[in-house]
Amino acid sequence: MLKEGELRIPSGCAISGIINKKGKRFSGEEIIKSIALMHERSNGLGGGFAAYGIYPKYKEFYAFHIFYDNLSIKTQVEDFLVKHFEIESAGNIPTKSVPNIKDQPLIWRYFVYPRIYMSKEEVIDEDEFTSRCVIKINKEYKSAYVFSSGKNMGAFKGVGYPEGVGEFFMLDRYEGYMWIAHGRFPTNTPGWWGGAHPFTMLNWSVVHNGEISSYDTNRRFVEMFGYKCTLQTDSEVITYLFDLLVRRHKMPMDKALKAVAAPFWDDIERESKEIQNELKSIRAVYSSALINGPFSIILGCQKGMIALNDRIKLRSMVAAEKGDRTYVASEESAIRIICDNPDRVWSPRGGEAVIALLEGKN
Amino acid sequence: MNLNFNSPLFEVIRDEKKCVKCKVCVMECSNKVHSYDEKKDVFKTDDIKCVNCHRCVVLCPTRALIIKKYPLEFRENKNWSETTIKEIYKQSQTGGVLLSSMGNPNPFPIYWDKILLNASQVTNPSIDPLREPMETKVMIGRKPEKLEFDFNGKLITKMPPQVSLTMPIMFAAMSYGAISKNAHESLARAAEELGICCNTGEGGLNKDFYKYGKNTIVQVASGRFGVHKEYLDVGVAIEIKIGQGAKPGIGGHLPGRKVGEDVSATRMIPAGCDAISPAPHHDIYSIEDLRQLIFSLKEVTHYEKPIFVKIAAVHNAAAIASGVVRAGADAIVVDGFRGGTGAAPTRVRDNVGIPIGLALASIDQKLREEGIRNQISLLVAGSIRNSADVVKAIALGADAACIGTAALIAMGCHMCRTCTTGKCNWGIATQEPDLEKRLDPDIMYKRLVNLVSAWNHEIQEMLGGMGINAIDSLRGNRLMLRGIGLNERELEILGIKYAGE
Repeated sequence: MLKEGELRIPSGCAISGIINKKGKRFSGEEIIKSIALMHERSNGLGGGFAAYGIYPKYKEFYAFHIFYDNLSIKTQVEDFLVKHFEIESAGNIPTKSVPNIKDQPLIWRYFVYPRIYMSKEEVIDEDEFTSRCVIKINKEYKSAYVFSSGKNMGAFKGVGYPEGVGEFFMLDRYEGYMWIAHGRFPTNTPGWWGGAHPFTMLNWSVVHNGEISSYDTNRRFVEMFGYKCTLQTDSEVITYLFDLLVRRHKMPMDKALKAVAAPFWDDIERESKEIQNELKSIRAVYSSALINGPFSIILGCQKGMIALNDRIKLRSMVAAEKGDRTYVASEESAIRIICDNPDRVWSPRGGEAVIALLEGKN
Repeated sequence: MNLNFNSPLFEVIRDEKKCVKCKVCVMECSNKVHSYDEKKDVFKTDDIKCVNCHRCVVLCPTRALIIKKYPLEFRENKNWSETTIKEIYKQSQTGGVLLSSMGNPNPFPIYWDKILLNASQVTNPSIDPLREPMETKVMIGRKPEKLEFDFNGKLITKMPPQVSLTMPIMFAAMSYGAISKNAHESLARAAEELGICCNTGEGGLNKDFYKYGKNTIVQVASGRFGVHKEYLDVGVAIEIKIGQGAKPGIGGHLPGRKVGEDVSATRMIPAGCDAISPAPHHDIYSIEDLRQLIFSLKEVTHYEKPIFVKIAAVHNAAAIASGVVRAGADAIVVDGFRGGTGAAPTRVRDNVGIPIGLALASIDQKLREEGIRNQISLLVAGSIRNSADVVKAIALGADAACIGTAALIAMGCHMCRTCTTGKCNWGIATQEPDLEKRLDPDIMYKRLVNLVSAWNHEIQEMLGGMGINAIDSLRGNRLMLRGIGLNERELEILGIKYAGE
């Protein structure tokens, strides 16, 4: 049987995200409760979380979470890691046995820092160096998969229902200021844990509900810039799009959002000359970055959380605010179960982003 | 002895019971197939002159005429076909190069017909273009590698000039001279109404049509006919024609009899004089020379117009296209070997060049491997027959498609493929005033508008079916395509999977 990455699997999904904009940390219990409520939106073939602010002790180091199919590949990848990175700490990620979560791979965690001479030789910055190494491992080491590579953040995912995956990784014992969760309803079995979501790259994490119809346009666009879409999932290509636009092309986030969920030409015509010029330029230059078809995504990054619907809102997504917190989920109930009486609940319009950033990170 | 071995290609059959002897057929046929003998009160037909253009058939008020393939057969021979034999008769009689009109008619594979499109089912919804916005607008021109913004988030990158098309279709280059003034007017007016572009071809632009400049791409070809400062300024973009799909490696030849006063003024050549475009541009003997011409044209138009470069689809089209991007062009037009022509040497037309589908796929892929696809627009031409061909071309990687033959058919062309004679009964490929006036621009421009709008509706339906609401997301989206009846190598070049995969 082909596994995810060797074919493209359409999926439906549940997504949920919480951020404390003051950066106050809280345990993973709430996000598990929220995503568990939407049990019916998943089918037990994939669930996962991204947690930000969980490794304050190692916040200067890239935290690599890696799946290994066997010990021999682990040795090979570790050889690669040692060659390219200083390894501050390494160990397996603690898990507990949970019914219905089985066939887990070896799951390891490394806190690493690029070897200075390596990144200097190639005259690229540490982020670029690290992302290239991650792409290389995922492309070239068949039975290993780096599924998390950011700083002071981590992804946790597997095959199962998301609440089971959360329990398996004991996320109630971690504390973070931002949590993002995903429950997946793939049409056929992804066959391995790397296929679960969120997809992450450096500090980016993406959870996503929908099947984008622009996939191959987006994929071929990012691959022109050296990315390699090994998983063939929407979240992967969306993550690369944001990484390309925001990190490498240094576009302000609000402009990047105008590229991926571009305003309609008719709406652009109604804007002032200056804004028109800007929007037309974005649409012309980044037309292949437009994400099309139904989607609701939550994008996690160092600065905070951004949620976005496709331009004509073909997927449900609700947002809420209470105090310092912003919530986003596929269904309102998934917010209300963890947040009594929110100050404000709304359904964001198609193409209109919900931007919830950490204070002082605009 | 001057023995003519030729036999008719067609037989004209008149139903005497239906014929009312109105003589429309006699008056309409520029080839003089029909004649009327007053004394005997009978019609005569000279079959050998018939080109099967359907003019008499369509205009006959009682539908008394039918034209059939001439039933005379050669003794069956799989190697020596009738066409081959007749071509030898013709050449041995005249000693000349065989000429043909319109695109390659031979049974080579038509890749558009071996590609199938996708549609949404369950996992994502199809989109109804009647209820939801469905964008087909495209911007043609060079794009910077990235946009830059200042600290306040203000855009600082200055965009190179773009041509905006309301739909991903343009009229292909067809010169005034090859086609009539009325045909040119119809194309220009249709382009204006549709918000797309027509293309002058290499024959210059008649001053009467300068008012359509915003919807006209002006061509600079090897003969430089009709090229002057005002001409370059009036167009919305300039196209350097290196080659043409119907005759790669060959120049053009407009016979003197087609060069009347008006064509002469437009082309800036003496009336009655043959207009011969050399095979190469005599100032372009290599890629660096092309760069000089591109930048000369940019200089003279103050960097306000995109410069297109049109090449024929030949074996190493991908590498050539890559060079054209690096030479500074804003858009590349690739013309496949089925593309139309007023006249081309038959042997060249039928044997030189490659199918547009394969050329397009390999060019798009090559430019992506080089990381420069995003910097340039890629246009395709060469027998785009319907809206599905357009959709497939865009999914393979094109920005837009150019239609020439289809536009001529919309104006009445019946594909008799005898443009070379200059006696087009439909008033298209002719400069004879009596014939030209048969083409009424008021009617024909509307037919062109109808055709392209209809295609745009169909494109929107197909896009919606795929769950896409902007043509941008179709470009290069090869996952939307599947091959049928193709071998592994063809699938690999096209970059698509087989149906069922």
